Amino acid sequence: MDIYLPIAQMPVDPFVLLAMGGLVGFLSGLLGIGGGFLMTPLLIFIGIPPAVSVATQSNQLVAASVSGVIAHWRRRNVDFKLGTVMLAGGAVGSAIGVAVFAQLKALGQIDLVISLTYVLFLGMVATLMMIDNFRMLVLHRNVVTRRKLHEHTALHRLPLRMRFPRSRLYISALLPLGIGFVGGLLVAIMGIGGGFILVPAMIYLLGMPVGLVAGTSLFQIIFTTGITTLLQAVTTHAVDVVLAAMLIVGGVIGAQIGTRLSHLMKPEYARLAHALIVLVVAVKLTFDLFARPENLFSVIQLGAQ
Amino acid sequence: MTRRLAFLLAMLALAGPARAQNLTADLSSHIIGITTGFVGANLTLFGTVDKPGDVVVIVRGPPADMMVRKKQKVLGMWINGSSALFHDAPSFYSTASSKPLGELGSPDILTRHMIGLDNLKLQTAEPVAEPRLSEFRAALVRSQQELDLYRAAPVPVTFLGEHLFRADMAFPANVPTGTYSVQIVLLQGGEVIGAQTSSLIVSRIGFSNGVFSVAHHHALLYGLGALVFAVAAGWAASLVFRRG
Repeated sequence: MDIYLPIAQMPVDPFVLLAMGGLVGFLSGLLGIGGGFLMTPLLIFIGIPPAVSVATQSNQLVAASVSGVIAHWRRRNVDFKLGTVMLAGGAVGSAIGVAVFAQLKALGQIDLVISLTYVLFLGMVATLMMIDNFRMLVLHRNVVTRRKLHEHTALHRLPLRMRFPRSRLYISALLPLGIGFVGGLLVAIMGIGGGFILVPAMIYLLGMPVGLVAGTSLFQIIFTTGITTLLQAVTTHAVDVVLAAMLIVGGVIGAQIGTRLSHLMKPEYARLAHALIVLVVAVKLTFDLFARPENLFSVIQLGAQ
Repeated sequence: MTRRLAFLLAMLALAGPARAQNLTADLSSHIIGITTGFVGANLTLFGTVDKPGDVVVIVRGPPADMMVRKKQKVLGMWINGSSALFHDAPSFYSTASSKPLGELGSPDILTRHMIGLDNLKLQTAEPVAEPRLSEFRAALVRSQQELDLYRAAPVPVTFLGEHLFRADMAFPANVPTGTYSVQIVLLQGGEVIGAQTSSLIVSRIGFSNGVFSVAHHHALLYGLGALVFAVAAGWAASLVFRRG
């Protein structure tokens, strides 16, 4: 039994969507990742138009990050002040991102930019994570994820210094603003939450306590994905609520199961698995970019009514 | 544009029976409604002919602008390079015929009535030189065929006795919405001796139409609704699973 997606304008098997949402949700619960970078390519793979995939994915991420933040908030693992500063940058980033997205789409280069950003960011993050994991698992050396409390890099001494008591940081507000900005840009262009880039940036650049990172980045992601959903709904009309609803239902169930099972997995193995998944996606996208495509032509209908 | 076209088609439909010497035909329905459970539709075309001959039915979907892009190698990467914009290309094309399309008449006749994919009128917005034009044209046709929106082979038109004929036309689930033209042509010895055009409307109805029109006409409201739904779903999920 297929159901017809009103915005994507195509029929799909709802069980395929529930299963996809469930699988990505499961992985995100298990490994503590957003999973947006997996979902968007999967949606495009089953034939959903890229514009609808990216726009709808941002709506689905709102639900995923709300339920994630509530779980972290109960354990007091959210730095609301830092998160708020990040989301100020994120709002600007996603507004610019949506405008850039529309422009690139008109030029016919949006696919290239999506692929390049994926390859660049995923490749970078995968490499960093693999190095970390290699040190931990093979050399049995503990990774220093947080420097001493009062050690500051040159970046921290930029102007506009602010106190973030929850994270015990006294750093320039420009740093979280900038990280939030990049996150917002990525949400709009790649249709992802951006957790995979925010999390390492918050650990390595801000020097935040590791325990607070996931909850705080999710807190910020609620707003950037929310703003992006609104902007996409107004400018591209590409948010498909029926598609989002099915991904959300599958996703929340999968995420809860994943979270329950996550304590069975050692954190270093979870991070290794995360790094491997990121690496596989990055390698696949790089390959697609350089391999001669089977069909050199692409056809799109302009101004579909 | 769409309105002008719809008007034109309506005029044609009205004018149809008057011109249709030797041929009278009608569809089992003039509306295809796309609901949430839509899996495609089948329509039957019935008609009679006064004189024996070959009957061909040409169904064309509402015109659309199609952008065709070709990838080229730049710095080792395959990226979109040259492009051609086809103006008012039919978004859907299928035929029914009582005999193979190529045997119906002279190339001239086939071209005039756009019988067969090779005779489809596909014009670019700006002039494109050969052989690039043929290459892009072929790419457009191939892509639409892969989506099952252009069909090369006709479905049969079967005669029930000497005068009465029928054809079963199938429309896939991804059929574009809009006003379709259904042209029925009667040929005898390669000459057109009767023709009739009627229109068919494909539109979303019910829930899927509601969602689509809210998304387009009340975009902000739609976006807010999508957000509220997502927040509520995320919150509900954490409540349900906390207790469970």
